[in-house]
Amino acid sequence: MSTLTQQEFVLGLFEAAPATYSSLRQLGKESFYAQGLPALKAEEYKFTPIAKKLETSLTDFSPAKPVKISAEQVKSAVFAGFEGVVLVFSNGQYVPEYSTSAEGLSVRLLSENESTPLGSIAKVDKDPFVALNQATFSDGLHIGIEKNKEIDSPILLLQFHQAQGGQVISPRIWIEAGDFSKATFIDYQISLDDAPYFVNKVVEIKGGVNADLTYHSLQTAHNQVIEVSNVVTDIQKDSQFTSTQITLSGDMVRNNLTLNLLGSNSVGNMYGIYLLNGKTHVDNHTNVDHTIPHAESNELYKGILADQSRGVFNGKIFVRQIAQKTNAFQQNNNILLSDDAIINTKPQLEIWADDVKCSHGCTVGQLDEEALFYLQARGIDKTTAKGLLLYAFAGEVLDKIEVDSLRNHIVAQIQERLGSKF
Amino acid sequence: MLSIKNLHASIEGTPILRGINLEVKAGEVHAIMGPNGSGKSTLASVLAGREEYEVTEGQVLFQGKELLELSPEDRAREGVFLAFQYPIEIPGVSTTNFLRTALNQVREYRGLEPLDAVKFLSLMKEKMALVEIDQKLLSRSLNEGFSGGEKKRNEIFQMAMLEPVLSILDETDSGLDIDALRIVSNGVNKLKSEKTATIVVTHYQRLLDYIVPDFVHVLYKGRIVKSGTKELALELEEKGYDWIKEEVDSTATV
Ligand SMILES: Nc1ncnc2c1ncn2[C@@H]1O[C@H](COP(=O)(O)OP(=O)(O)OP(=O)(O)O)[C@@H](O)[C@H]1O
Ligand SMILES: [Mg+2]
Repeated sequence: MSTLTQQEFVLGLFEAAPATYSSLRQLGKESFYAQGLPALKAEEYKFTPIAKKLETSLTDFSPAKPVKISAEQVKSAVFAGFEGVVLVFSNGQYVPEYSTSAEGLSVRLLSENESTPLGSIAKVDKDPFVALNQATFSDGLHIGIEKNKEIDSPILLLQFHQAQGGQVISPRIWIEAGDFSKATFIDYQISLDDAPYFVNKVVEIKGGVNADLTYHSLQTAHNQVIEVSNVVTDIQKDSQFTSTQITLSGDMVRNNLTLNLLGSNSVGNMYGIYLLNGKTHVDNHTNVDHTIPHAESNELYKGILADQSRGVFNGKIFVRQIAQKTNAFQQNNNILLSDDAIINTKPQLEIWADDVKCSHGCTVGQLDEEALFYLQARGIDKTTAKGLLLYAFAGEVLDKIEVDSLRNHIVAQIQERLGSKF
Repeated sequence: MLSIKNLHASIEGTPILRGINLEVKAGEVHAIMGPNGSGKSTLASVLAGREEYEVTEGQVLFQGKELLELSPEDRAREGVFLAFQYPIEIPGVSTTNFLRTALNQVREYRGLEPLDAVKFLSLMKEKMALVEIDQKLLSRSLNEGFSGGEKKRNEIFQMAMLEPVLSILDETDSGLDIDALRIVSNGVNKLKSEKTATIVVTHYQRLLDYIVPDFVHVLYKGRIVKSGTKELALELEEKGYDWIKEEVDSTATV
């Protein structure tokens, strides 16, 4: 529990909330007040003093209104070579005029029809920011994938952000994929200028039976952006869900990713890269809940931390007693490039079943000096050699990204960051 | 080509090289032998520019340039090549993908146009044949799961690609079977010319049957304590190092 003064600064958000989904909003509000913002050193936010960060960095806790987006901005934001559907958002609000569609894909505003069961997957009592979003989001999008439809081209959620008459952006997305459907989403956030703002995002994903869903998220906000993201997904039997979380910048970023494996023979994959410099602070909390037997989860997060950046990784694997024959794998590897960079990494395994295969491991190291010397001794300059090694380190995760245009875009960004072309 | 004068080097304060003098001219092959721990690899590493070693005294001229003042990459670009005694494994980096970067950086330094993918590949094919190495091996992570012989062949393959002026082969023969030894030695011999020089570090005469040295030096306790022609290697093969050690240790001034 935190103090009232810490809560007061979000009052403006409650006042500005629209009248839609009023009972759900009321639940959100009550839950938020019951939980409060995470207190300093609160277990779940131990290394990430988010309330303090919000209080000291932001001045206007009212919702940022949508800003006008131009065709030019959309065009230049889309990755080179990208072929697929584009859904454009401005400060969390859907912008239909630049959005495209595909067969089997449907979109509607959450406000259009208040039947979307918001909060049934991302539960308000799990995290105060979920509660805050549910109480205060302006509007959002309900995205549907028709039963039996495999949408082969990726769906790009282009999220333009700019503090505008208020600094809080509360994206809310509900994705519902029918049985035997397939879709790939790319959640890409773009800062339009360098004013500070706070993104409090909630994405709920309801997968059908035998569905194959992928959710890529690319965080490249500018270095004054504070973000809390909650992505929660229900995975049914014979299904596969894959998440990749790539974070390259920001001020303080907290990603809560939750996979609920609800049907047997389902697979949940969680992959991530955080490549940080300056004072960027990134906290990835993942949580996979094995509720049934015969399901599998795979997790691989790789971190490269330079300067005074800070990383937190907390990977929770929960295997219920009934969830026999679970396979759960988790790895978190980190390279610290400076003495001032810090990583806190923690696997958190709670296993109540006895016939399971679980493995986890985390490593923290420096760049391999011997490997660096080997490459230099072949004529490669030090910067490029470093880049090659770091890129190879991250490569295992990059290889999981099957959308070529997205992977190429990320690779180019990483190369630029590492100051080397190879 | 290479002139080493009174070279002293230490690691973490412990002196390892204690006054090395060596002159290598273009066209020559020098063999460096000596007991374990005498400083052979240290000498090779210092020449290649490894930073852990601190040069405390002495000078090294390579083609008229102060070698010790160059970065490791510039030494390579100037034409120094070290085939490592223990080639390391680099997960995620294949020979093909780093070697093109390396070759083009070396070429740029030498004022040559970069090679495009096609030309690079055809050059690779040519050099692969020289050391009889398989392309599949070169597209795997560097040295990961390679056999000892494959690692050494890969070193010589890289040497062939980079066309060095001075090649330093640190125990490239160790761990090779007879066939591999023949292939690797033939490769090295084909790359030799009037303009290049080779330093081979070895414990065994059998390599010197293939790569015939003009001079043989014995390194002991960080100094070259004996030099001779190829007959010296034969003598060492027969008698071991004890007679040299005794000679040195009895006259040593501490
Ligand atoms: N990183 C290091 N730290 C401390 N001592 C070292 C280090 N590297 C080498 N040495 C010491 O320096 C000495 C020379 O080692 P070096 O590897 O040059 O010997 P060598 O002649 O190549 O031996 P070998 O025939 O076994 O390859 C040895 O006593 C070794 O223990
Ligand atoms: Mg050695």
